[in-house]
Amino acid sequence: MPRRRPEARPLTRRLALGVLLSGFVGLSPVRAAEPVRIGLVTALSGQSAKSGEAISRGIGLAIDEINRAGGVLGRPLELVARDDEANPSKGVLAARELIQRAGVVALIGGLDTPVSMAIVPIANQMKVPFVGPWAAGTGITRNGAADNYAFRVSAVDALVDEALVAYAVKTYGAKKPGAILVNNAWGESNQQGLVAALKAANLPSAGIEKFEANDIDMVPQLSRLRDAGADALFLVGNVGPSAQVVKSLDRMGWTVPVVSHWGPAGGRFDELAGPGAARVRFVQTFTFAGNDAPKAKAVLEALKAKDPAIKSMADVTPAVGIANAYDATHLIALAIQAAGATQGPKVRDGFYKISGYSGLIKTYDKPFTPERHDALGPDDYVFARFQNGEIVAVTK
Amino acid sequence: MLTGTLISGLGLGSMYGLVALGFHLTFAVSGTVNFAQGSAVTLGAVLGYVFGVRLGWPMPLAIAASLAGCALLGLAVERLLVRPFVTRGSDAWLLATVAGGIILDNALLFTFGKEPRSLPSSLVAAPVEILGAGVYPLQLLIPVVGVAAALAIRTVFQRTELGRGLLAVAQNAEAARLMGIDVARTVACAFALSAVLAGAAGLLIAPLFSVSAEMGALFGIKAFAVAILGGIGSATGVVLAGLLYGLLEAGVTATLGSGATQIVVFSVIILALALRPNGLLGRAGVNKV
Repeated sequence: MPRRRPEARPLTRRLALGVLLSGFVGLSPVRAAEPVRIGLVTALSGQSAKSGEAISRGIGLAIDEINRAGGVLGRPLELVARDDEANPSKGVLAARELIQRAGVVALIGGLDTPVSMAIVPIANQMKVPFVGPWAAGTGITRNGAADNYAFRVSAVDALVDEALVAYAVKTYGAKKPGAILVNNAWGESNQQGLVAALKAANLPSAGIEKFEANDIDMVPQLSRLRDAGADALFLVGNVGPSAQVVKSLDRMGWTVPVVSHWGPAGGRFDELAGPGAARVRFVQTFTFAGNDAPKAKAVLEALKAKDPAIKSMADVTPAVGIANAYDATHLIALAIQAAGATQGPKVRDGFYKISGYSGLIKTYDKPFTPERHDALGPDDYVFARFQNGEIVAVTK
Repeated sequence: MLTGTLISGLGLGSMYGLVALGFHLTFAVSGTVNFAQGSAVTLGAVLGYVFGVRLGWPMPLAIAASLAGCALLGLAVERLLVRPFVTRGSDAWLLATVAGGIILDNALLFTFGKEPRSLPSSLVAAPVEILGAGVYPLQLLIPVVGVAAALAIRTVFQRTELGRGLLAVAQNAEAARLMGIDVARTVACAFALSAVLAGAAGLLIAPLFSVSAEMGALFGIKAFAVAILGGIGSATGVVLAGLLYGLLEAGVTATLGSGATQIVVFSVIILALALRPNGLLGRAGVNKV
């Protein structure tokens, strides 16, 4: 029988005990005030930085309000933000880091559908709720997972496409609309949505054309649509190429109505597109301009008080980013409160328990169910246009 | 539809041709190219916006100052990113100029900002109608500038002292130096002029498009394809290839649809190069032993 070394075990034990004790001693007073962390993964640099700024502003304001009212579960709410640079692999790294190291209770996403699509499987696998305040790709919430942790407080491509078709028919009496879409995953998502929506509305299509994000001259594509007899155009693209579509239409002298996804709202569309910008109607979930709701005015004042850089409504663009993120943050806090705990599965079920919330975009009534992970629907979409640099709602 | 397509194609094609002329110029003189040409396109447009719109200078002055800025860029690229490698017999200038372009693009993104802006021009205020197609006067100016630049460069090479100096450097730098030609200065001039051509393309396209920190990247790539297609040693070939490329692009989009454009255009380029490996008007390099 080998001789035991009596001094080794006790030392290890003592050490282990010491570590444990110091851990408890060190942790217990902090625990009481330790914040509940939520993570943000969005583009904070590069071309999409403005969207990240809007989302951050909305979250920041909501967190201030929540913490003034006592936080969640008696603990303060805290945001940990990471830049995904609009790059899916960087978004995935950031999401893992936030969940595993920072211990976030929920994640908020950003502008880019491809990034959100990459993060959602991780959220589902690690059972941490993900709430999208912007990216509209249909598959983000309708992801087919048996255990779905992806929620959204934003537009959904499939529903936007239905709304675009309905608007073109109702407002312009469209009988044979055509579509011009950006050649990427976002355009693809809307191509499917538009084809389905046109089929549901029993309308023939004049064709679907694509453009590259850097294209300058869309006359050839638009000529094909005009020759095919398009009487209205659906447009899906970011602000730059959307402006090029309008300029090309102007040059052709083709005065076809344009009904667009919300790309034009992402920048100085009226400066880039010139006078033709006024003809484009695009979907929004929220506008500050022309919004008389007391909550909208109060939030605008609070934003101005919090950030001196905000002086007028032209500084709170894109408003959808602010409003969606603001409501999303409040809904996350309500879900944690309803769960009574911070474990992922409990918080996820907490979303289903939210009975109502009087938000910035609307008053939510049971916003989420196991079958419906999108808090906003076609009734919440507003059509808007540019007027003197501001986004103004044209009709509900 | 045909007229519109033709004019779209010629306009874009001349832009590619102008940028590709820059590739031709430095290649003809020194056997090197500046892969930051796309960034020079961006710089021309961004400086035009800053001088003409933000600072409110009169347009001719703003244009001259922007082109001067591009010339400085060309000189800097040659001095810092090309010469140190060429003098040591290294081909690392390939990567150095690519890297320089990336640095400049990001510096512009940082200083100019992320949002695209509009550069207004009286030449795109209202379209004029030509054979049933709407055309901005600027679109008619672009091919004129492109062809004029190609002819001017050809004339300079063939008829003037400077041009003969440039050609002499291209054929045998050592012999040219012995004949009293300042080789280093000649090559530097070629790089400056090449960046000016790219900057001019940027200034011409900006009112039709928008000014943004990443507008030039795609131009740089397409223009390099055009330069190879035309035969990088031939000014006429390069501009001709630019026009053909632009027409093909617009023609395919108009007939087969935009989904087919890149597939068809680049397939045609590969086919053309298989049939004429030195480009449309290029000549095979002769290695004298």
